[in-house]
Amino acid sequence: MSVIAESIADLPPTDSFLSMSLSVPADIEKEIDERITHYPVSRRSAVLPVLHILQRHFRFLSEDAVSWTAAKLGLEPIQVLEVVTFYPGFRQEAPGKVHIRVCRTLSCAMAGSYELLDNLCQAAGIDASRMGHHHPFAVSKDGRFSIEFVECLASCGSAPVCLVEDELHERVSPETAPDLLARYS
Amino acid sequence: MSNVTYISGKEPHSREHRLIFRNIDRKGYDPGLKCYLKDGGYEQLKKAVTMEPKAITDEVKAAGLRGRGGAGFPTGLKWTFIPPTNTKPVYLICNADESEPGTFKDRYIMHQDPHQLLEGMAIACYAVGAKLAYIYVREEFPHAARILEEAIAEATKAGFLGKGICGSTFDLELYVHRGAGAYICGEETGLIESLEGKRPYPRIKPPFFPAVLGLYMSPTIVNNVESLCHVKHILAMGGAEYAKLGTPNNTGTRILCVSGDVQKPGYFEVQVGKVTLGEVIQDLCGGLKPGRKLQAVIPGGSSAKVLRADERFKLKRGDEMVEIGLEDIPMDFDSLAACGSMAGSGGVIIIDDSRKISWVLNNINSFYAHESCGQCTPCREGSLWMKKISDRIVAGKASPDDVATLESVANNIEGKTICAFGEACSWPTQSFIRKFREELVADTREELAGVPVNHETTLAAANLKN
Repeated sequence: MSVIAESIADLPPTDSFLSMSLSVPADIEKEIDERITHYPVSRRSAVLPVLHILQRHFRFLSEDAVSWTAAKLGLEPIQVLEVVTFYPGFRQEAPGKVHIRVCRTLSCAMAGSYELLDNLCQAAGIDASRMGHHHPFAVSKDGRFSIEFVECLASCGSAPVCLVEDELHERVSPETAPDLLARYS
Repeated sequence: MSNVTYISGKEPHSREHRLIFRNIDRKGYDPGLKCYLKDGGYEQLKKAVTMEPKAITDEVKAAGLRGRGGAGFPTGLKWTFIPPTNTKPVYLICNADESEPGTFKDRYIMHQDPHQLLEGMAIACYAVGAKLAYIYVREEFPHAARILEEAIAEATKAGFLGKGICGSTFDLELYVHRGAGAYICGEETGLIESLEGKRPYPRIKPPFFPAVLGLYMSPTIVNNVESLCHVKHILAMGGAEYAKLGTPNNTGTRILCVSGDVQKPGYFEVQVGKVTLGEVIQDLCGGLKPGRKLQAVIPGGSSAKVLRADERFKLKRGDEMVEIGLEDIPMDFDSLAACGSMAGSGGVIIIDDSRKISWVLNNINSFYAHESCGQCTPCREGSLWMKKISDRIVAGKASPDDVATLESVANNIEGKTICAFGEACSWPTQSFIRKFREELVADTREELAGVPVNHETTLAAANLKN
């Protein structure tokens, strides 16, 4: 046996080694198991739905969540990680208690979404200069809010719009940003 | 339609012809099954399962239905691409990844009339022989996903989905699959990769035409939400009767989504080609804002080539060529194509003279730079460079040569990528430069010609917001 082969043989089996540190409540795991049955042809197809459920519960996807998902679906962790890092809908850092997504694209921008973003950041005490390609959202100092500038939310007729958690807010005039936050305080 | 009343202030415009949106904003209408059944719901599915599957496809072909997602490909013809010798399972996917900027129609169908979509899908599945189907809903529609899942549960319980549908031998399992915020998942092969649990890198065609090698390497039909809803109405009316709506080769109704600089933006279901762009702006949307003049229109989602307000177009009317202005363009697939743009997804964005063209183009370029999947080099690199150069123009830090550089980047993406995103991201730049070159050059500075550019420092102090 070569040195490399020996050192590999010393490692614990992949799934137990990787999934140890994420504690998934029984009801969440049950929901995940049910969701996997929606994909009778390939378990791998359940990667996105499993990640959605984990992100809803844990608020973001940690390395442990990636490993747990991989073990659950019989995949290599990289096959899950490459999905997490690709899709803007998955987060690898904790957002605020209330996550706000403001639409940036043309019709909303024409209706004032850049001002809306600025006003929301100001009202929430968020330093927007920290937002960028590698940090798509920024969190307020008190952790109550996080704000992200996202691409078209497909509600251009009622621009500008933003998603606060799962709630779509339409025709949000930039001046009303503090009122919007107050509804979630 | 006379027996239908609508919520006050949300009544359809008199120019509208509502089939798909008949129940949208309808007074007292809810997304439940009971409500749907009161109005003849699932009657077409009951009829469908007694028909030969091929007869349904023939009706859809006779109806002349063209896909409402963007490409306008004939739906019935797409269904016939499944190889006749196929022995593998067939899948159907409803593309509900509505993300083309300017488009907002499918969201209302899913939120307010989900059973219409389920019935259309079940009929389509029966026609193509699919026993497993998915609705790929974009992640930003969490309520739509929930409403659809409730509707699926109700329909299954009532025998409209599941085993032995409507007393026949037809079985169908139908599930909702949520995306995760990536525009490229609207491209059908990218969508399939995503549904397989991977990064949504589009597949190369050939050989991966979905109808031959789609989901799990099996024949797969991918249709837009609106297209699938039309199937129900085609069956109800008969293909030939449906084809009388609209104009030849541009049949039926379609939902126009109008946004931007108009008094009353919104959605309007009209007969295809029976309304002109001028009528859309003036009649349906109540005209431009006071004191404003029209500058440009993006007629079919942000990927569609821009039309300039004072442009003249040559269109065939019968045997004659006529010259028309922008306001006289009929809103149909063929006319918009003849005018050098496309009907696309039905998203019409109106731009008035208060907007700086460089800012509009930059906003669009930022979108595509963010959404390029990164698989093909010309698009991955080019979309980002198009954004950077237009950033520079907006910031007043560009030299006049930059406009030509921008154009050359776009020209080197178009036609050189695996999927149509390459065209989608280069057409705005190409058309904006071709039609608004002077406006763009006016935003550049002669004295910067030949000065080396450090992108980061050039833009550090720039305000790109307006």
